[in-house]
Amino acid sequence: MYGKKVKLRILFISLLLVSVILSIFLILKSLEEDVVYFFSPTEIKSLTEINKKKIRIGGMVKENSIVIDSENINFIITDFKNEINISYSGSVPNLFEEGKGVVAEGFLKDNSFLIAEKILAKHDENYMPPEVAESLKDK
Amino acid sequence: MINQLGNYSLYIALLISIFIISKASLSLRKLSITLSGNIFSLISVQSIMVIISFLTLIYAFVTSDFSNETVYNNSHTTKPLFYKISGTWGNHEGSLLLWLLVLTIFLFIFTVESKNLSQRYRTLTLFFQQIIIFGFLLFILFTSNPFSNLFPIPNEGTGLNPILQDPALAIHPPILYLGYVGTSIIFSSALAAIISGSINKSWASHIKKWVLVSWVFLSIGILLGSIWAYYELGWGGFWFWDPVENVSLMPWICLTALLHTIFTLEKRDIFHSWAVILSITTFSLSMSGTFLVRSGILNSIHIFANDPSRGVFILCFLFILIFLSILIYFFYQKTIKENLTKPYLISKETAVLLNNLFMMFFLSVVLIGTVYPIFLEVINNEKISIGPPFYHKLLIPFLIPFLFFMAIGPNIKWINGKIGKINFTQVSIFIISIIVSYFFVKKYGVSYLLSLPLFILSIFLFFITIKDFFGKKVNISQKISHFGFSLLILSILLNGVLSKEFSSNMKVGDERKFLNKTIKFESIKVIKEQNYQSLIGEFNIKDENNSLSLKPELRIYDQPQTITSEADISSTIFSDNFLVFNVLKNDGFYNVRYQIKPFMIWIWISVILISFGGLISLKKKNV
Repeated sequence: MYGKKVKLRILFISLLLVSVILSIFLILKSLEEDVVYFFSPTEIKSLTEINKKKIRIGGMVKENSIVIDSENINFIITDFKNEINISYSGSVPNLFEEGKGVVAEGFLKDNSFLIAEKILAKHDENYMPPEVAESLKDK
Repeated sequence: MINQLGNYSLYIALLISIFIISKASLSLRKLSITLSGNIFSLISVQSIMVIISFLTLIYAFVTSDFSNETVYNNSHTTKPLFYKISGTWGNHEGSLLLWLLVLTIFLFIFTVESKNLSQRYRTLTLFFQQIIIFGFLLFILFTSNPFSNLFPIPNEGTGLNPILQDPALAIHPPILYLGYVGTSIIFSSALAAIISGSINKSWASHIKKWVLVSWVFLSIGILLGSIWAYYELGWGGFWFWDPVENVSLMPWICLTALLHTIFTLEKRDIFHSWAVILSITTFSLSMSGTFLVRSGILNSIHIFANDPSRGVFILCFLFILIFLSILIYFFYQKTIKENLTKPYLISKETAVLLNNLFMMFFLSVVLIGTVYPIFLEVINNEKISIGPPFYHKLLIPFLIPFLFFMAIGPNIKWINGKIGKINFTQVSIFIISIIVSYFFVKKYGVSYLLSLPLFILSIFLFFITIKDFFGKKVNISQKISHFGFSLLILSILLNGVLSKEFSSNMKVGDERKFLNKTIKFESIKVIKEQNYQSLIGEFNIKDENNSLSLKPELRIYDQPQTITSEADISSTIFSDNFLVFNVLKNDGFYNVRYQIKPFMIWIWISVILISFGGLISLKKKNV
């Protein structure tokens, strides 16, 4: 039979292999589940089915669309072709303003309505999320 | 005028760099192994040149010399002096100059402190370090020169991003860079040692100091960034798995693995190749961190300017370095004399090995989470983001066995430990931990499946490390760091489970109920500061027993026009009360977020403890 040392080596290498394969499998699996995709309003409109996954929508906050009460902030994200209504309860960044770029993360109710869990805007007055800049370019 | 001084001294540094590289490669080929005093003085001159150019840049910032383009883009006359100075490295060009400054100073320190080591090893380290310095000099001079002139000279600058005008963030880059750049010495020295065939115990005990220094600085640097994000970004968290944060975490994980490996190498003369591989990886990660942040690939507040040519340059440079090091590794690998003593399954060596395995797993999770979105976008233009759930799902289950091994590992003997010995106290502590966590989880009704085992094991580790302080022959530095780590996990866990959050849109005078508290928006007042206007809100939070007044602030900066929120945080040792408010559209509503964050302060303290352990270890001659 093999000596103790060889056995240990074999054990070690097979453990290593198994753990590497396992971790790759796990990582790929979680990637599939936890990735958040980004869409523009136009892309949302063309969706044929609404799935339950969390998504991000980016665009500009439409002028005069922000409506605030003590609980909710409602507004419209537009890419100047299509519009999506957003309903949100929670805190917003300082640069959340009408006519500025914004990204909303949350769940779609239907083709034109998103319940947001998080609102992102960047800390710069000239900033426009690259995704937004790109989706505006296509128009 | 003075601008040119900085510029020319960088060119002189470049010439010196070329000279040293050629001289070193000549002397290496001839195997005449003398590092002449001449080279030493050259290195001193080079460091002085870089220091001069750095001081010149600081001077330009302090005097608001807008003929300098970097100053024009990132400064403003009304800025307080402190932020004028910190503005020096608060931008792309200046921060690279800081990288270079640390690189040269570290090399200088290395040459001084390694005097009694083999000349060949020193020359080789110097050689590789100079290649890195050379690359950075080229990069700075030809793609991001901090001394470009502007004509006509503008009267006023455009100002520093107000969000960076903060004491923690002002010193965050230098500290972090000390950590990053420290890994360059480890990298050069590992390559030098492998070529000169001296990967052994004495190399380990020499390079250990550098590993510790970089590790301590990196830890503190990450901590500062995290504290800043906590009170400035207004999300009330300390870690967001933002790519920019991940980029600093990755070298830290790798460096931690290397730290354990180096200790083992020093004690037991094993893991030679592994130590070299880790040294190379750590530096590559630090470099790619700089690349990812500076190239504008990562979409974050750290990007000051997007210029693809810079990204391409760092990418090429990075590839050359990695390629070179892999080549060297394969060519000289046979010089490594592995110590093939009989390995035992139950030994501290195995524990270190396990630590490294887990570290590599954590590293790959963070790496994939950070890089995958970039690849996907390049390949099929799909835009995705990967958030905390991904990391939590993958890291937490593995943290459980990791904590277990961390608790028992350090108590196993080197070479051949016995299971019988470790039993009694540990088992009883384990049982106590189960009981404590059971009651805790029951009381607070935590629903998450994995929290119970995670609680059990972090409390287990917590108790074990406390117990170990009273053992004989205590390795105090290691105990402090491990204790700090258990405290960190425990406070993150408690913080995560027990945090409460409330947000609402309020007008002045409004009252809201939250839990058993009443939150009242009392008033708002306006104060004019040096370069911003400050809106200070006054909130009163009352419950049956006491009332707390919090005064968060909104700063409206004129140059550039930006609004930032400064949260008001009242910290006690048990819990933080965090309140931040934002402006909403002009109809009198303010967006208010109130959070109760238990044990927040312990997260910071534990990281300080972790780094403190490293510091002590550095002080001791023999660990």
